Amino acid sequence: MAFIELSGIEKSYSNHHVLKGIDLDVEKHQVVTLIGASGSGKSTLLRCINALETIDSGTVSVDGDVVSGPGVDLDRLRRKVGMVFQSFNLFPHMTVEDNIAVGPVRLLGEDPDAALRRARELLERVNLAHRARYYPDQLSGGQQQRVAIVRAIAMRPEALLLDEITSALDPELVAEVLNIVRDLARDGMTMILATHEMQFAREVSDVVVFLEQGKLLEKGPPEQIFGEPKEERTRAFLKQIIEAGRL
Amino acid sequence: MTTLSPAPRSRGLAVFATLLAIALLVAVAVVGEAVRAGITSPQLSAFGAWVMAAGLALGGVTLWTAVNGLRCSFQSGREAAANEILASRASAAQSRQHSFITFGLAFAVLIGFALVQLVLINDGNIQRTFLRGDLMAGSALDIARAFIVNIRLALISGVIVLVFGLVLAIARMIPGKAGAPVRFLAVAYIDLMRAVPAIIVLYLIGFGLPLTNLPVLSGLNAEWFAILALSLTYSAYVAEVYRSGIASIHPSQWAASRSLGFSYLQTLRFFILPQAMRLVIPPMLSTFIALQKDTSLVNVIGTLDAFNQAKFYASSTFNLSSVTVVAILFVIITIPQTRFVDWMLERGANRRKGA
Ligand SMILES: Nc1ncnc2c1ncn2[C@@H]1O[C@H](COP(=O)(O)OP(=O)(O)O)[C@@H](O)[C@H]1O
Ligand SMILES: [Mg+2]
Repeated sequence: MAFIELSGIEKSYSNHHVLKGIDLDVEKHQVVTLIGASGSGKSTLLRCINALETIDSGTVSVDGDVVSGPGVDLDRLRRKVGMVFQSFNLFPHMTVEDNIAVGPVRLLGEDPDAALRRARELLERVNLAHRARYYPDQLSGGQQQRVAIVRAIAMRPEALLLDEITSALDPELVAEVLNIVRDLARDGMTMILATHEMQFAREVSDVVVFLEQGKLLEKGPPEQIFGEPKEERTRAFLKQIIEAGRL
Repeated sequence: MTTLSPAPRSRGLAVFATLLAIALLVAVAVVGEAVRAGITSPQLSAFGAWVMAAGLALGGVTLWTAVNGLRCSFQSGREAAANEILASRASAAQSRQHSFITFGLAFAVLIGFALVQLVLINDGNIQRTFLRGDLMAGSALDIARAFIVNIRLALISGVIVLVFGLVLAIARMIPGKAGAPVRFLAVAYIDLMRAVPAIIVLYLIGFGLPLTNLPVLSGLNAEWFAILALSLTYSAYVAEVYRSGIASIHPSQWAASRSLGFSYLQTLRFFILPQAMRLVIPPMLSTFIALQKDTSLVNVIGTLDAFNQAKFYASSTFNLSSVTVVAILFVIITIPQTRFVDWMLERGANRRKGA
């Protein structure tokens, strides 16, 4: 049984049908990449997985447990499945280390000193130990996003959802963030990521999924999707990306 | 080959500023003298002379600034003639600056002088009605003592309002179907209490509750009725202040917190409220100042506050100077608060900028 299983996910905003029956299995330690044009439903799909959005029909199950529908402890689900956002969303009134430690302390009941120590260790790993006492708006975008990843990791999640985490960054800052994701992939973190960084997707993904207008049009290993896509529209999308110099 | 564009024009402005400064001096002298001619009391006349001297001195500073502007303008002209364009530009800029400072000074002196003349005009009628030193001094101590009641009312109501207002704000924003009745009640309360004038709430409670024979409530003294009435009214305003603060925190903060596994209330408590508090400090202070001022309404239910005490003096002396004392007391306690909040906001901003 796959770690994350989506079946028949439907989602509408008022009368706008955004997800049209998505089926997707993600095995433990797999990296699955969602690609597709802006507005194709990547963010919405990710937000449905950790129930930031409620789905209209279909089921989401995580670790063998159905987590969609009523009567589910969503806060527990979200501790298991962390998320990193395009716009970082750090807490601006807290220092970097507090941003990271607040979850473990308040939700996992860790000792504050131990949590701060661990926060600094994690920061060390992303080369930000010297920024532990800074406030988020004193950091560059790339640094903020690294902190946001660490914040998610600090909750010891079993899977991570990454929603275009480099799209808000200046080009020269993208690499420092992607390196961390690469490390996470190597350490076996289960991840679903939406991205426009095709080169990176090709490199880290086990499975690439092409979404178009809320439908899962094609999925397969990166060599196949990027090398010989079956669908005409996947080909067209990738052609546009190549023309934009992204591949 | 570069051609330098010429210095900005400064002459007309400088001439105008100079004429304005001269006109100001003339106006101060003529008006001051005319008003003083109508004054019979020697003390007031001396005060008038002193004010005129101050007005003339400030007018002199204004004229001096204007003349400086004129001087710079001529210098700019000479430099332009000598083809020193960059120096000419600098002089012209300085000249214009002097001229603009002249306008500002002249305006301020004119307004200040006119206000003082208003007090002196008509043989000091305004001064004698509102600002009689002897009556102010004679009533000040009693009024200041009674003012402690106003401060006590404001502080106790203030604390209650901060808490109850927050409860109302959260009740109003409670999510889900189960929260609907609570939301409805909170909205109804807030709408109602903001609609009814504070003085009417005070009147109804102050005179009504004692008649109800309710246990505890009807036995309270007038001061507690006042606290109750002010708290009920102002909580509604403060609830809206909180709500606007909470609503202005970006939804992505909610998403970030919820995605970590924080519940709705935990998110409010750890992330949303701390950020919202900083935003609501200025409107909160305005509300608190309004509350502070409205403590003077308690005179309608007979509490002996500063205003009531002053009215007592006013009616026994047929003069309003004692009431002016109350006004001054309110100003005195308000200004430090506004400065304190400015300081606090600045410190908060600095703390986040430079680690
Ligand atoms: N909160 C929302 N309310 C209404 N429509 C939304 C909302 N969020 C997303 N949408 C719409 O859903 C579609 C998919 O959006 P999204 O999942 O953000 O796409 P992507 O991440 O692939 O760019 C878009 O057409 C978008 O306008
Ligand atoms: Mg998106």
